[in-house]
Amino acid sequence: MNLNLKVLSATGLVGFFAIWWLVAVSGLVQPQFLPTPLTVVFQFIDLLQKPFVGFTLQQHLASSLGRFGMGFGLAVAIGVPLGLLMGWFRTLDAIVSPLFDALRFVAPIAWVPFAALWFGTGIGGPVLIIFSGAFPPCVINAYRGAKFVEPRLIEAARMLGGSNLRIVTEVLFPSAIPSIVAGLRISAGLGWQSLIGAELIVASSGIGYLMVKGQSNISTAIVMSGMIAIGIVGVVIDVLLRALQARIERHRQ
Amino acid sequence: MLIAWYLLTTATQVIAPTRFPAPREVWEALRQIGLSGYADARLHGHILHSVQLVLMGFAVAVATGVPLGLAMGWSRRVEALVNPGFLLIRPIPPLAWIPLAIVWLGLGDAAKVLVIWFAAFVPSVINSYAGVRSIEPHVIEAARTLGVKGWMLVREVLVPGAAPMIFTGLRLSLQACWTTLVAGELIGAAAGLGRVLSQGALDIFPAMILVGMVGVALAGGLMTWALGRLELRAMPWRR
Repeated sequence: MNLNLKVLSATGLVGFFAIWWLVAVSGLVQPQFLPTPLTVVFQFIDLLQKPFVGFTLQQHLASSLGRFGMGFGLAVAIGVPLGLLMGWFRTLDAIVSPLFDALRFVAPIAWVPFAALWFGTGIGGPVLIIFSGAFPPCVINAYRGAKFVEPRLIEAARMLGGSNLRIVTEVLFPSAIPSIVAGLRISAGLGWQSLIGAELIVASSGIGYLMVKGQSNISTAIVMSGMIAIGIVGVVIDVLLRALQARIERHRQ
Repeated sequence: MLIAWYLLTTATQVIAPTRFPAPREVWEALRQIGLSGYADARLHGHILHSVQLVLMGFAVAVATGVPLGLAMGWSRRVEALVNPGFLLIRPIPPLAWIPLAIVWLGLGDAAKVLVIWFAAFVPSVINSYAGVRSIEPHVIEAARTLGVKGWMLVREVLVPGAAPMIFTGLRLSLQACWTTLVAGELIGAAAGLGRVLSQGALDIFPAMILVGMVGVALAGGLMTWALGRLELRAMPWRR
C-alpha cells in the first residue's frame, strides 16, 4: 500500500469518527440518543468497573461465553459425527436428510418460544437457540467432507479389511477435517449471532441482556458498549478458529 | 416421522400437550389463524407484513451495498477511504443492531427496515467487492483496448463479471435479513410472523408457535427459491 492510499485510509477513519462526533455535539440529536465516541469509550470502561443490571461487563460476557461454549460444543459433538455417518451410510442419509432440510429453513431465532417453554430462560433456553444456529454447518460440512473423500482411499481401506466403523473413524474423519474445520468457523459465527438474539429476548444475564436493559433505559452509550464487546468477542472467536485451521493445514502438508 | 409424532403426542401422551402440540391441535390452530385470525391479523396478513418488510430492507441494502462494493473493488482509492470504517462495523452481528434501532426509531416498522438494511448491507458490499476483484484483469484490459469505458464498462464488464459473487452475497443476505426480522418481531411488533410466535409464547399456545415456525420456514424458503429463479434469469449463461 503506498503512502497516498494510507493517507486516504486514515482520512476515512478520522472522517468516520469526526462526522459521528460532529453530529453528536451539534445538538441536532439528543446526547442520550447519540453520545460522542468518547462518551461511549468512557461508558465501556465504566461498565467494566461498575455492575449494570447486577453484573459488570466481564461477568455478562462470561455468562454469554459459557452459554455459547455449551451450545457450540453440543452442536459440534452431535453434528460432526452425524454428518460423517450420513456421508457414509446411505440409509441414514435417506432418513435424516428430509427432516434436516426442513428444519434448516427455520431461522434459529424462531426457536425462541419453544426454547423458553421447554428449558426456561436461564441457561437451557439460550443454549438450545445457539445449538440450532451452530448445528447445521457442522452437519453439512462433515457430510460434504465425507462425501468427497477419494474413493480410492475407501477402496484401499476395504481391501485391507477395514470394518465400517473403522473406515468412518480412520479414513473418513481424517480426510474430512479441513471441511469440518471450515464448517466450525461458520458454525461459531452463526452460534454467536444466535446467542445475541436469544439473550435479547430470553435471558436474565449476558451481553444481550445488558443491551436490552440499556435500550429500555434509553442509554445509547450502554447499547453501543455492548455492540463493541460483541464485535470484539466475535472477532476473537474467529481468529482462534482460523489459527486452528491454519495449523491443521500446515500439519497436513 | 408423522406417525411417530402422532404416537408420542396423541396416542400415548409421552410428550405433554403443554410442551409440544399434537397434530390435531396444530390443524385447529392453523384453522383459527387462517380463518378468524390471531394476534390481530390472519395468517396471510402476518406473512405479507413480514415479507414486505424484508423485501423493503433488502432492496435498499442491495441498492446501496452493491454499488459501494463495486466501487471499492474497482478503485483502490475508494477502498482505502471506506474500508477502515467498514471493517469497524463489520464484526457486529445484525441482531446486535436491534436495540440501537429501537432506541432510535421505536418498535415500529422503520426500526425493522433499518436493521434489515444493515443485515443485508454488509454481505452485499463484501461480495460485490470480491466479485469485481475476481474478474480477470486481462478481460478488463481487453475491454479497454476496444474502447469500452465509463458507464458502459460498468454495465458490460464489471456487473456481469461480478454477478455470480453478487448473487451469492444476495442469498446470504436474504437469509440474514429473514432471521433478523423474525428476531426484531419477537422483541416487539404489531404484526408479522414473529408477533405470532411471541403471542403464542405469551399465551402458552404450543400449536400456534409451531404454526408460526412453519410459516417462518415456508416464507423464508419461498423467498430463497424466488431469488434462485431470479439468478437464473439474470445470468442465463450459467444455466
